[in-house]
Amino acid sequence: MSETALTGPVDWTSDQAAGRRRSRHAANRRLQFYGIAAISTAVGLLGILIATLVIGGYPAFFQTKLTIDFPIKAEYVDAADPAAGNYRNVVRDALRELAPEATTPAQQRQLGQLLTNNAQFFVRDAVVANPSVIGRTLTLTLPAADPIDQLNKGLIDRDLPESQRRVNDLQLGYYDTLVAGGRVSAPFNWALFFNSDSRFPELAGLAGAITGSFYALLICFLISFPVGIAAAIYLEEFAPRNRWTYLIEVNINNLAAVPSIVFGLLGLAVFIQIFGIPRSAPLAGGMVLALMTLPTMIIVTRNALKAVPPSIREGALGVGASKHQVIMHHVLPLALPGILTGTIIGLAQALGETAPLLLVGMNAFITSPPGGILEASTALPTQIFIWADSPERGFTSRTSAGILVLLGFLIVMNGIAIFLRQRLERRW
Amino acid sequence: MVGYSLLLIVILSLVAYYVGRGSARRFAGGAGSDKVHSLPGYHGAFIAVWVGIPAFVLVVLWASFQGAMLDNLVISSLPQAFTDGKSPAELNLALSEIRNLASGRIFGEPAPEIRAAAERLLAWQHIASWAMVVVAAALMILVLVFARTRIAPRFRARNNVERVLSALMVFCSVVAILTTVGIIVSLLYESIAFFRLVPIHEFLFGLKWEPQIAIRADQVAGAGAFGAVPVFAGTLLISAIALIVAIPIGLFTAIYLVEYADDRVRNVVKPIMEILAGIPTVVFGFFAVLTVAPAIREAGGLMGIATSPNSALAAGFVMGIMIIPFISSLSDDALRSVPRAMRDGSLAMGATASETMTKVLLPAALPGIMGGILLAASRAIGETMIVVMAAGLIATLTINPMDSVTTVTVQIVSMLIGDTSFDSPKTLAAFALGLVLFIVTLGLNILALQIVKKYREQYE
Repeated sequence: MSETALTGPVDWTSDQAAGRRRSRHAANRRLQFYGIAAISTAVGLLGILIATLVIGGYPAFFQTKLTIDFPIKAEYVDAADPAAGNYRNVVRDALRELAPEATTPAQQRQLGQLLTNNAQFFVRDAVVANPSVIGRTLTLTLPAADPIDQLNKGLIDRDLPESQRRVNDLQLGYYDTLVAGGRVSAPFNWALFFNSDSRFPELAGLAGAITGSFYALLICFLISFPVGIAAAIYLEEFAPRNRWTYLIEVNINNLAAVPSIVFGLLGLAVFIQIFGIPRSAPLAGGMVLALMTLPTMIIVTRNALKAVPPSIREGALGVGASKHQVIMHHVLPLALPGILTGTIIGLAQALGETAPLLLVGMNAFITSPPGGILEASTALPTQIFIWADSPERGFTSRTSAGILVLLGFLIVMNGIAIFLRQRLERRW
Repeated sequence: MVGYSLLLIVILSLVAYYVGRGSARRFAGGAGSDKVHSLPGYHGAFIAVWVGIPAFVLVVLWASFQGAMLDNLVISSLPQAFTDGKSPAELNLALSEIRNLASGRIFGEPAPEIRAAAERLLAWQHIASWAMVVVAAALMILVLVFARTRIAPRFRARNNVERVLSALMVFCSVVAILTTVGIIVSLLYESIAFFRLVPIHEFLFGLKWEPQIAIRADQVAGAGAFGAVPVFAGTLLISAIALIVAIPIGLFTAIYLVEYADDRVRNVVKPIMEILAGIPTVVFGFFAVLTVAPAIREAGGLMGIATSPNSALAAGFVMGIMIIPFISSLSDDALRSVPRAMRDGSLAMGATASETMTKVLLPAALPGIMGGILLAASRAIGETMIVVMAAGLIATLTINPMDSVTTVTVQIVSMLIGDTSFDSPKTLAAFALGLVLFIVTLGLNILALQIVKKYREQYE
C-alpha cells in the first residue's frame, strides 16, 4: 500500500477520484440507512405488539349487560328460606316473558343462552339480600353470555351464514328484540377487577390473580430486600478481597443469568417436595421469585453503595464512628434512594415472571381470591397464560385486557422508580 | 400460628430493646458515666438481637418440619390391621386423604380409621402450633432475663451487636451460594434417579422422544422413549431463528446509535428499547400465538409452503424480537468502550463514518459483541413462555422452520404441569432436561463473561 502511495502525486480532481469519493459516501449512506431500517423495524414491531393488545383488549373493559325483570313468584321462592328457591325457573319464566314467541323447548333453550350461565345465582343473591321482593318483580342488570357480548361489540359478523356464526338466527332475533326494548347496555367492566377466574368468560376477572401476585411479591420483597442489602453491604464494605468472596461474586453474576425455569425446578424440588409448602401457594411462588430477584437486588445495592463518595466514610471514621456506624448511620441512608429504585425495578421484573410460577403450580383454576399465603392461587402472568390457552373467544380479549392490566402495573412501578430516582437521588 | 409467633417475636424484641436501653441509661447518666463503653441504644439492641434471632430461627425451623413430623406420627399411629399389606404408595395415598379430611375437604365416604387419624392429626396440629408459640415465648423470656444481667457500664454491647450483624451479613451473602448449590443438588439428585431408569447415552444420543408413557399399569400409552436429540435440535433451531432475526436488527441499531444518531434520537430510541426489554415474556408468547403465527401461516399458504400452525419460525421470530434490546445494548456498550482516540484518528485520516465503523470500531469491539451474542443465545435457549405458548409439543427432528418443533423448556413445563409423582421417569426426565439446560446456559455465560472481561483488559 505504501508503494502505490509513493508512485506520484494523486490527482484529487480526476473523475476516478470523484467516483471513488462518491462510492465511499454511498457506502456511508447505506450503513446509515441500515441503521434507520433496523431501528424502524424494532420500533414498528413494538408498535404492532402494543396495537394488537390495545385493539384486542379494549372491548374486554366493557361488558354487555341485559336488564331483565324477574318476577319472583312465591311458588318458586319460599319467603322463609329464600336461599333454597328454584331460581332456575325464575330466570326461565323471566326470559319467556321477554320473548313469548319462543314456544318449543329448543327455542326456549336458545333463549336461555342469552344470559350468563350463572344468572340464577345473581337472582338468588339479590333476593337473599332483600327478601321483601318475593312476590314482586325484581329488575336486574346481568352480564350477557359471551356470544351475545361479542355480538354486541360487533365482533361477530351478522352477515355470515348461520352455520359459521356463534349466534344463530333465533338468538339474533331475541337479541334484536332486547335492543329494541332498550334492555342492552355495555357499562365499564368492573367485574374484570373484582371477580376471580371463572369458566365463563363473561364472569372471569383478575381479582384472584392480582391478590396472588400481591402475596407472592410481598414474600419476594420480605426475603430479597433485607437479604440482598445485607449481602451487598458485606460484599462491598466488609469482605476481604480473597478467593472466597471472588467465588461469591462470580456466583451471583451467574445466578443472574440462570434461566428462570431452572429456579422453578428448584422451587418444585426443594420448597414443595422437601419443605412441604402446599402446591400453588403464593408462599412457594414468592420464595422462588425472591431467589431470582436476589442477584438483581445485590447488584443494584452495591452500585448504590459505590456511588456514595469516600469522603463521607472518611469523615465519619475521622470523628470516631465504628465501621458499622459509618455504614448504618451515613452510607446506607445516602444509598437508600438508589436501593429503593433498584428494588422496585427488580420487583417489576418479578411481577412479569411466569415460567417458575407454572412449575410451582400457580396456574391452578381458582375461583376465589386467596385468603393467605398458603392458599392455592394464581398470579397475573399465569392467569394470562391460562386465559391464552382457553378456547372460548371471550377469553382472547380477556387475555389482552389482562396483559394491559399487567403492563399498567409495570408502567406504574417503573414510573415510581424513575420518580424516586429523579427526586431523591443525590449527584455528588 | 406462624404469623402470631412472628408478631410475638417482633413485640418481645421491641420490649427487650427498651428494657436494655432503660437499664443502660440508668448508669449512663450517673456518676462515672465516662466509663460506659457503649451507647444505651446498643445495650438495647444487644438484648433485642439475642431475644429475636434465636426465636426466629426456632419458629422457621419448627414451621418447616412440623408437617413432616406430624405425617410420620400419623402414619405410625394407624392401627396395625389397617397398614398391614399396604405399599408405601398406598400409605401415601391414605396420608393425603387424612390431610384432606383434616383440612375439611371430604371426598366420598372415608374409612373409620382414616376419620380417626384425621381427628388425631387435627388435635396434634393444634397442640404443635400452640407448643411452638409457648416454646418460642419461653425461650425469649429466658434470654431476656439472662441478657439483662449482662448489662453493665464496661460491657461491650456495641462490639457484640456488630459481631452479630456481621455474621448475619455473611449468612446473607452465602444465600446466593446456597441457591446455586440447591439448584445443582436438586437437579443432579433427580437426574441420577432418571439415569437409573434410562441410560444416559440413550438420553443424550437417542433420536426418539416420546415421554407420554403410562403412569399406571392399566393405561394405554406408548412404550416411551427418552432420546433427547430431537428436543435439543428443536431448541437450537428456534434459538438460531431468534438470533438471525435479532443480530442484524440489534447490531445495526447499536451502530446507528453510536455513529450517526444525535442526542435527540438517542433519547427516544433508548427508552423504547428499554420498554421492549421490560415486556414480560408471557406477553410475547401471546403475541406469537395470536398475531405472528397466523400471519406466517397465511404467508406460507400464499407462497404454497406447507406451514404448521405452531411453526418454529413464529416462535423464533418473536423470541428474536425479545432479544433485540439485549443485543443492541450490549453491542452499544462494546462499541462505546473502544477508546475515543482510535475513532478520532480514523476520522482525522479522512475516513467516512461507515469506514470508521467497519474498519476500526467493529473489529476492535468484536469480542465484546461476540460476548453479547453468546449471552443472548443463552437467553434464547433458556426462554420458556414464548415457546410454551407458540411452539409444538411433539419432538420432530427437522431443520424446516415451517415445521413444528419442541424445545427443552417446553418439555420441562409440559411434563411438570399438573400433578406430578416423583417416581415416574416422565417427571424425572424434566429434571434431566433442566440439568442439561443449566449446564449449557452456565457454560455460555461463563464463556461470554470471559470474552468480555479479556477484551476490557486490553484497553484498560
